[in-house]
Amino acid sequence: MPFVPHTPEDVEAMLATIGAASIDELFDEIPPELMISALERVPVALNEMEIGRLMSERAKIDGLPLSFLGAGAYEHHIPAAVWALTTRGEFYSAYTPYQAEASQGTLQLIYEFQTMIASLTGMEVSNASLYEGGSAVAEAALMAARAHRRSKSMRVLVPTTVHPHYLKVAVATAGNQGMRFETVPYLRASGTIDHDALRGRGGEDITALVIQQPNFFGAFEDVDALTDWAHAQGMFVIAVVNPTSLAIIKPPGEWGARGADIVVGDGQPLGVPLSSGGPYFGFMTTRSEYVRSMPGRIVGRTVDLDGRPGFTLTLQAREQHIRRGKATSNICTNQGLLMTAATIYMSLLGPVGLAKVAEVSRQRTAELVAAATRIKGVRRAFNGLHFHEDVLLLDRPAGAVLARLAEQGIHGGFDLAEHHPELGPAILVCATETKTRADVARYVQSLGEAMRAARAA
Amino acid sequence: MSQVQDDRRYTRTHEWVKPLADGRLEIGITDHAQHALGDLVFVEVPEAGRTLAAGEACAVVESVKAASDVYSPIGGNVLEGNPLLAATPELINQDCYGGGWILRLQPTASTDLGTLLDPAAYTALLAAEGD
Repeated sequence: MPFVPHTPEDVEAMLATIGAASIDELFDEIPPELMISALERVPVALNEMEIGRLMSERAKIDGLPLSFLGAGAYEHHIPAAVWALTTRGEFYSAYTPYQAEASQGTLQLIYEFQTMIASLTGMEVSNASLYEGGSAVAEAALMAARAHRRSKSMRVLVPTTVHPHYLKVAVATAGNQGMRFETVPYLRASGTIDHDALRGRGGEDITALVIQQPNFFGAFEDVDALTDWAHAQGMFVIAVVNPTSLAIIKPPGEWGARGADIVVGDGQPLGVPLSSGGPYFGFMTTRSEYVRSMPGRIVGRTVDLDGRPGFTLTLQAREQHIRRGKATSNICTNQGLLMTAATIYMSLLGPVGLAKVAEVSRQRTAELVAAATRIKGVRRAFNGLHFHEDVLLLDRPAGAVLARLAEQGIHGGFDLAEHHPELGPAILVCATETKTRADVARYVQSLGEAMRAARAA
Repeated sequence: MSQVQDDRRYTRTHEWVKPLADGRLEIGITDHAQHALGDLVFVEVPEAGRTLAAGEACAVVESVKAASDVYSPIGGNVLEGNPLLAATPELINQDCYGGGWILRLQPTASTDLGTLLDPAAYTALLAAEGD
């Protein structure tokens, strides 16, 4: 079936029926100054052979580095079956099909995904996925403003321990829709939210507090105290979580006395390759009472006329094809393929497998940090337990050290100079289960050499 | 033919307004509206204390096939939303002019119900719309 099944004759006949002269005429409500006449900076199209060659050449430039980068995207082992199954013809589409209920297999898969993500986060309902972590935070903020009936401020507190890219995307996405994002500082000793500074915001009309766990630095926030405090102030709690970590730490549904209200995160660690930054997918779960404020699609399980079980798109009245401009969001299921891979990944690993991935990743990073901090001029930035990434302070310019590591084929860490200059030269390092002890040893040796070679700051 | 009651006024967007004894107003949607929507599954009523302008969206009625805004026919302060609709939205299907009321309003001083459609005018509107 072609992607657009209408022939030119079909299009003519439909336009004649509604009395429109052209398809463009259907868009005449868009002011001319907003219309883009031509995509001047987009290069001419390449055919499949040309694009294949271009991408191979670019992949060669990347090489096959040994990566110790985390900061929101994580290199985990993906069992070969995940993408072998995901790319089967029955699954290989980005979208829920039109006439969704005709594709029971796709709907069942989304239903399974929702069940797994709801279970992992300890929440009651999940949608069928979002774009990625940053826009998921934006959607969660907008949802909190819709669902929170007593708060009118549309103000959301985003501590500086939340991924800086997530804040940037949230401001870009939701800032023009009236949401205001305000930061809260962190404690220099622990790398976690400054509770005293946060308490200073008590008594104000604030819609929600965002808590990332583990946070951007890999540190653990005191989520129980933070959640209870925010609820006592009448704020919603938006949890931002790494799905792998949830196999071994308390899920947001159990934070504090009542649990988080909305949970979001980037699903990339669940079977999606790094691929130079995307595509990834986001996820979102919430309490049943807020489901009508939730963006995106939701699949439900039901029975047909003969009492046989089946799957259906449910609560569609919130969505754009029915609610038009007042829909909860323009989000659909564009990340369906990544969500499919994640569902297969989770079912292959199971809860025990995922817990092993999380535990080995945590341990490997701890080993790396212990060894690296024996190098002269390298020390930890923060005390306490970290999950699968940590911050190293260097006594010489981080950029120069990372450049030398790159020459050795090692991505040595994420330079924090841009987002956290207050730390001085600092890198965020991450080791997952894909790094062997020999890899860690190679990293530490190369880091020592790079430190000696780089001039002291 | 949809039912129209004589004791209240109507809007072109199919809401009704009924004056209560002490100057308060009760607001809901008409028989024509509930029939067009079909089985209601969810109703979002406004919170007490909210100030509404005439014509402002003040509630959402969601059926199995559509979700629509309800517009306040009159400006005023919301006294209460119907608390029963959260658990039993079907009250609107069963008794749209009685137990299925959506909100009660204290109108602003200058309110004039005379600008709204009387039962005869609303019946004529329904006839013109083919009901």
